[in-house]
Amino acid sequence: MTDRFSVPPVPRPVTDAWPRRPRLVEHSILPGLKLSLGITLVYLALIVLIPLAALAVRPWEIGLDGVIRTLSDPRVASALRVSFGISLLAALTNAPLGLLIAWTLTRYAFPGRRILDALVDLPFALPTAVAGIALTAIYSPTGPIGAFAAQLGIKTAYSPLGIFIALVFIGLPFVVRSVQPVMQDLDKDVEEAAMTLGATDLQRVTRVVLPALAPALLSGVSLAFARAVGEYGSVIFIAGNMPLKTEIAPLLIVIKLEQYDYAGAAAIGLAMLAISFGALVAMNAVQIYLSRRGRA
Amino acid sequence: MSLQARDKEFLALLGPSGSGKTTLLRVLAGLEEPDAGEVRFDGEDFLALPVRKRKVGMVFQHYALFRHMTVAQNIAFGLTVRPARERPGKSEIRDRVARLLDLVQLQGLEKRFPSQLSGGQRQRVALARALAIEPRMLLLDEPFGALDAQVRRELRRWLRELHDRAGVTTVFVTHDQEEALDLADRVAILKDGELVQLGAPNAVYEHPATPFVFDFLGQACQLPGVVQGGSLTVADWETAAPEGATQGAVQVFFRPDEVAFAPAEGAGLAAEVLAVARRGPDVRIDCRIEGVLMELIGHGPTLPAGVAPGLSVRVKPLRPQVYA
Amino acid sequence: MTAATSSEPMVKVRLPGVAFVMVAISVLAMAGLILLPLYVVFREALLKGLPQYLAALKAPDAVSAIRLTLLVAAIAVPLNAVFGIAAAWAISKCEFRGKSVLLTLIDLPFSISPVVSGLVWVLLFGAQGLFGKWLLAHDLKVIFAVPGLVLATILVTFPFVARELIPLMQQQGADEEAAALTLGASGFTTFRRVTLPNIQWALLYGVLLCNARAMGEFGAVSVVSGHIRGLTNTLPLHVEVLYNDYDSVGAFAAASLLAGLGIVTLVLKTALEWRHSGELSAGRKH
Repeated sequence: MTDRFSVPPVPRPVTDAWPRRPRLVEHSILPGLKLSLGITLVYLALIVLIPLAALAVRPWEIGLDGVIRTLSDPRVASALRVSFGISLLAALTNAPLGLLIAWTLTRYAFPGRRILDALVDLPFALPTAVAGIALTAIYSPTGPIGAFAAQLGIKTAYSPLGIFIALVFIGLPFVVRSVQPVMQDLDKDVEEAAMTLGATDLQRVTRVVLPALAPALLSGVSLAFARAVGEYGSVIFIAGNMPLKTEIAPLLIVIKLEQYDYAGAAAIGLAMLAISFGALVAMNAVQIYLSRRGRA
Repeated sequence: MSLQARDKEFLALLGPSGSGKTTLLRVLAGLEEPDAGEVRFDGEDFLALPVRKRKVGMVFQHYALFRHMTVAQNIAFGLTVRPARERPGKSEIRDRVARLLDLVQLQGLEKRFPSQLSGGQRQRVALARALAIEPRMLLLDEPFGALDAQVRRELRRWLRELHDRAGVTTVFVTHDQEEALDLADRVAILKDGELVQLGAPNAVYEHPATPFVFDFLGQACQLPGVVQGGSLTVADWETAAPEGATQGAVQVFFRPDEVAFAPAEGAGLAAEVLAVARRGPDVRIDCRIEGVLMELIGHGPTLPAGVAPGLSVRVKPLRPQVYA
Repeated sequence: MTAATSSEPMVKVRLPGVAFVMVAISVLAMAGLILLPLYVVFREALLKGLPQYLAALKAPDAVSAIRLTLLVAAIAVPLNAVFGIAAAWAISKCEFRGKSVLLTLIDLPFSISPVVSGLVWVLLFGAQGLFGKWLLAHDLKVIFAVPGLVLATILVTFPFVARELIPLMQQQGADEEAAALTLGASGFTTFRRVTLPNIQWALLYGVLLCNARAMGEFGAVSVVSGHIRGLTNTLPLHVEVLYNDYDSVGAFAAASLLAGLGIVTLVLKTALEWRHSGELSAGRKH
């Protein structure tokens, strides 16, 4: 029943005037968000998140000192040193080598260039175990290069040098493929500008081209490094696996598992993850700094 | 083709795309080598000099700024790459960069990166960078090509003033005839790699050497005619032939805005007016002359009342040009 | 006046000597480091002649390893492809919060050591794992059995398809799909007739890489397999077992199959890059 003289209702506070909690899904023009996001999240949780959570939790059942004892065990510590140290060396070696190959592929026309270009990805495509036994066959004392090196008194396979070679092999494509597109997109007129301003060929390269490539180069090097740290198949055959000398960290995980020391294995796995993560964050920071300066 | 730029001159290379104007500029800079011919500067053989020794300041169409360097580093680049003996000291470089920033009115922006600048600002950085090496010659490739119309007009005046103050021989490439006529001391018009005409903007505009130049520099109306002795006849209209016109059958060119209108019984080309439409300050008159549809341009206040749709008038081209 | 216009995309070679040296170093480095291993695989495999080679491939263990490898890939690759499409659709065609976190998580498996990718499943389903006792009580086997191999392979190859599709679909935007919807198409029809044709080559590219890695994976499956001959040895593990038994011909014969897979993948991938560069995500263009 309405009455003309009744007092109009007091306006309720407009809810929109209050800061609303942002909704998870802002808006969606297209259908299928629930389905596709649902599949994505469930699958991601089952395959990646839950297993990694298991990795993060497991080591602590032996307590913090248990973890520290595991990691400071000379054999483990040495393996971590070998893995991270040689990976860094290999990634740093790949920087000039990958740069050179990317340069050659983008700047010079020569017969077979496209085949060479395609071959760069071979270490991606070749299964690691295959690369492992092939590299071992080449660099073992009876192999073609290994025999030659042995004559010079250099031990290639079954030594840190062998690990290094394998890690250079698997890391090279990362550097080439990171640098190459940037080099291709590099404006020709920027280099021409440097020339008209009086720069020599060397100055043009060091002061104009290389700084422009630096972020991509760094990104390629960090990818190569991350891959090398975790690499197993291509290293395990050529390394020789001598405790305290040529054992890599992933191998120690396998060994711990064989001894049913799950917590120890998980501790090494977690430590590897943590160190790589730290290294990647550091490299990312440098890279962001470099590319912020040059965003077009 | 032979082309000579005078000292401290502002020379425009004008032509449609593919006419070879940018190639010519790049040959001057040393970025391309001619198949034949020679390039001399003050009598010196320029072709024998590598790019970096020519000391030409080049401003690229898209500026080609070094994106990882600040504005100041960009401008200083040409000084810092000099061999140690010829390199100015740090403080001198800083002073010179400051002076150039003043000149291009970018004070306070020296620490910015190119990505933080507007198009017009980038263009001025590119100019300052080119001027920093005290170039013997300044080369500009479509200097306004990448800017929007508003900025373009502002920068045009400013560039001309800058040239007059800096006193450097400047060659610039453009496909915009208005820009060339407005800015340059002399205009060189190129077509298919050939120099078609070279002259002061007025001379070129008023006396185009070929139908191509006439057409390229503005709108054109075209009719057949005959030159006999000193007189030119188009249909039933007879007038004095331009000086030096070839005898016999010719093509007559005139600008649609350089015409006078007369009553139908007067002298001139018989025209049937089809439509009249106001277009800002001007009036567009669609008419048919000698069976050809033409768009003439009249000035509103001075247009005779007789020019109206459906009526016949006479049209007298004021400065007809004839070409064989 | 005419001048040589360079339509060539490359900067003119100013120092032929330097160029020659650089090309030579590149070719030598590539040949010695990358091509030589490939050659050695086939040389070692055929060292004792073709009959020996074929016999090694026909050995029962080899045949069952091939079968197992195909089975594992046949399960892992389609699952990751479906996931990749779903993730790319959600990320590129819809708006929601936390996208960049999701993107990072999808890429995460790339930065995990393959051995760790195997280890995590042992931690969950191994004899002393979280669900180990329960599985034992119900007589179920995950580790040292096919399910473990599949799970480890899925984790290692998890991002491959998504990675190819997400940048491409982001770049394509949602306009075409929106247009299809305004014209009355249903969501699924839109996907099938508008989206899928736009991403088919990138999808194939991602599946190709995913498959190559799935069939060639070593570290992760080595941890969960237990190396039971004829039962849980995939082809790469078979290679290892024979190699450690000093059966060089057998090991390299099996390796040659995997190398062949790698070469075929490389050729197809390169062909896709050349012929369909416009339809792959940026960075795959040649």
